[in-house]
Amino acid sequence: MKNKSIGWDGKSLKDMLIESEQLIDATGKYYGTELLSLKEENPFRYERAYASLRGALVSARETALHIAASPIVKEIGELCFALYTPEGDSLVVSTGILVHVHTMSEAIKFMVNENYEEDPGINPGDIFLNNDPECGNVHTTDVQTLIPIFYDDELIGWAGGVTHQVDTGGITPGHDLVAAIQRFDDGVYYTCRKIGSNDKIWKDHMINARRSVRTPLYWELDEKCRLAGDLMIRDAVLEFIKEEGITYYKKFIREAIEEGRRILQKRVIERLIPGRYRAAAFFDLPLKEEAWQPRAKVNKITNEPLEIFVKEDGTLDLDFEGCSAPGPNPMNCGKGAMEGGQWVLLTQVLIYGDKVNDGAYFGVKKNYPLGSWCNPGDPYLSYQSPWGNLIPAYTGMMKCISYGLFSRGYREEVVPGYGFTGDAIQGGGIYSSGPLKGERWALSTFEISGQGLGASAVKDGLDWGYAMWNPESDLGDVETWELFQGGVPYLARKVKPNTAGHGKYRGGANYAGVAMVANSEDVDFFGARDGLAFHGAGGMHGGFPHATGYRLIAKNTNLKELIDNQKEYPIGDDDPSNGDFERLLEADITRKPWSSIYPVMLENYDLVYFPMSGGPGYGDPLERDLESVKEDLDEGIYTQDIIYNVYGVVANYSEEQEEWIIEREATQRRREEIRNERKAKSMSFEEFWNYEKNKLTERKLSDHVKLMYSESITLSQKWRKLFIDFWKLPEDFSMEVD
Amino acid sequence: MAEKYDKKTIERLLEGTLKWEELKPIIAGKKDPKRFDMIMEILQEKVPWEEKILFPLHEHLYIVSKNNQRIVKCDCGYEFGDYRENWKIKCRIRVRDNAESIHELYPEYMGCDPDWEEIREFYCPGCLTLLDVETVPPGYPVIFNFLPDIDTFYESWLGRSPPDK
Repeated sequence: MKNKSIGWDGKSLKDMLIESEQLIDATGKYYGTELLSLKEENPFRYERAYASLRGALVSARETALHIAASPIVKEIGELCFALYTPEGDSLVVSTGILVHVHTMSEAIKFMVNENYEEDPGINPGDIFLNNDPECGNVHTTDVQTLIPIFYDDELIGWAGGVTHQVDTGGITPGHDLVAAIQRFDDGVYYTCRKIGSNDKIWKDHMINARRSVRTPLYWELDEKCRLAGDLMIRDAVLEFIKEEGITYYKKFIREAIEEGRRILQKRVIERLIPGRYRAAAFFDLPLKEEAWQPRAKVNKITNEPLEIFVKEDGTLDLDFEGCSAPGPNPMNCGKGAMEGGQWVLLTQVLIYGDKVNDGAYFGVKKNYPLGSWCNPGDPYLSYQSPWGNLIPAYTGMMKCISYGLFSRGYREEVVPGYGFTGDAIQGGGIYSSGPLKGERWALSTFEISGQGLGASAVKDGLDWGYAMWNPESDLGDVETWELFQGGVPYLARKVKPNTAGHGKYRGGANYAGVAMVANSEDVDFFGARDGLAFHGAGGMHGGFPHATGYRLIAKNTNLKELIDNQKEYPIGDDDPSNGDFERLLEADITRKPWSSIYPVMLENYDLVYFPMSGGPGYGDPLERDLESVKEDLDEGIYTQDIIYNVYGVVANYSEEQEEWIIEREATQRRREEIRNERKAKSMSFEEFWNYEKNKLTERKLSDHVKLMYSESITLSQKWRKLFIDFWKLPEDFSMEVD
Repeated sequence: MAEKYDKKTIERLLEGTLKWEELKPIIAGKKDPKRFDMIMEILQEKVPWEEKILFPLHEHLYIVSKNNQRIVKCDCGYEFGDYRENWKIKCRIRVRDNAESIHELYPEYMGCDPDWEEIREFYCPGCLTLLDVETVPPGYPVIFNFLPDIDTFYESWLGRSPPDK
């Protein structure tokens, strides 16, 4: 039997969504809204209305995380809430990890398109859960709770909340699983599943969920947290309607989103330049040696080119033609995640303010080529860690927008990119002693929230303080992390020299930590970040990318003996070529030049060293002023040799004054010497072209680079043409992979 | 209300000499709509040559009008040619595609592996200033960073003709 339609005026939700899409296609305006009549007729009422809903969402978030939440959510606020239209377009958002606002939108649209209205039915008091990246999420570790909001018999919206889980029961403990290569490794999947009714989560769901993850207590706390926030939002909306009337509400939600779209257009015209922008980012995934599974033993470097057109009307076209193929690895990225990543960055570089909603989504036309890593169209791939490709890919957008901001004169807004929020330490184990003996602990530190930000065109980048996916990034208190990942107490955190991208203005710097395994057994450790290739699109106007990461693990150590005898132990790896680990420790020490590693088993007193990411630089390093270079040396941001090689600065440390002294005349000579070297060691474009083309035609490329070109020229005719035209290759050129 | 900043402040912004207390309100505040014109005025006074700047493209590069053509010109005076062609193909280029040259810039383990990526440095042939850095796999086409639509910018967005028309 067909259920009664729950859309407006007797329409189904699907009809409403189709109508919405047709109207924006036909008019370019959200729901065909030509006039912002509510704002124009009574701006005070309109602004008060928006502010009251916005306040309700912020308040719901703050309250919910104090009612019930796992430490990861409570400590650093890894959650956010949003209010959506019946079709799933966000209207008002809370603060928090905003990357998920548009992912939840995609999940609602999935339910509408799949006609959930008919089966399983959408009723007042129903509760839906989603963590499926292929239909609207980033990865399975982000869990969404969505509830419908009804007024009389009509669905008038959705409230959605998302939290990040420490563990979702995947192939290994943790939250960005390097070892996942297919859907069945990703952990428990809830694909837009109904999990409750009458505002209560069903018991059978909770029993199943608790048994599906390694941290059942945290899962349950966060389910309650998200539902509590959603219910508060529903109450606030119904209160709003009581105050303003349903007619006002229905018109208001259309106009507020259209206003959001116009804000983007206006901001683009205010800040950027019309034209064509291009950037290319990359990410290395060297799994040939790492992977356990035979078909995953492939080295890959992912091509992530981006072309943006800023159009005359202030709208943007984003085109990812040329992206590499997906693969048997966890870094495949669904369209929803791409939308979420793009949206959260636009809220930071262009449309920051209180009117942040899906209006910005409608102001951007995008092409995520089907069959590429950014829109594989295959639900059976692994989507456990799409961040690996998404994070570097969107540095390209930051860089492109920065070219426009620069030329428009807003040089203080330039940010060519950011550090990779790589999971420095991940994994888990079981307590082998103490009051928690036998309990599992999962390692999911959100220290990753504090990476280096790129330099602007007028100042250095922010040190250890940025995460692209959360505008309010906060790495929280280390003591709290230690409480719930007690099997790996930290021995040290220290500034890591030479992480900041070089430039006239350097990128943000970062630190590194040393963690020790303690009181545990069955400990897995793994991690993911850039290592053999620079992540992202690099620096700007002569600035360099920030340093890559690497792995250092010390096993079978004599640390217990050192501690018992109160002897010195390593607290850093300032110079990897001449390391303190080797000097101070008896151990089996492994340094890998790559950072994405499959789990390794660790024992008590084993050590893990994890360097965090810096940010890219801006401008020619030879133009960096000497006072800034001295500060870099005094603060340990760079070492003497790097300062000499890159910045052309001669400096010596004064033991007496306990500071670095810049030798100005020697520096002048050194900088002149570097300019001469530039002339001597460079070539003309024609020489360069022949030199590089020779690498292609003489098969001097490594297998992973050949694979990258082969995938890009096969998947995209547009990128193929660009590649063939540039190198003047024959039309039938193909790249054979051994 | 859009903010207004005096010329001296914007000059210091370009020089990078504003203190954080001065810079933060500029970042946080509403943007000054006259910024583009003020920057153009300052830059025109700063460059040692006479051609009219049409567009500031880069820290050191400008699109200027010369003999009824729009060309890219460095502040040192070197001319790169038509702005619709990638100025990078007129640069001197250094390729760091071995471990030794990469480790001059990054310590061991902290730079790219030359089997995966190379570092390309693009220098102005006139003054040898480092204008751009590409870190790309070997054989990657040179990237054309930015092609502004100058006429649309002036005519449609600023509501006036470009300075060369």
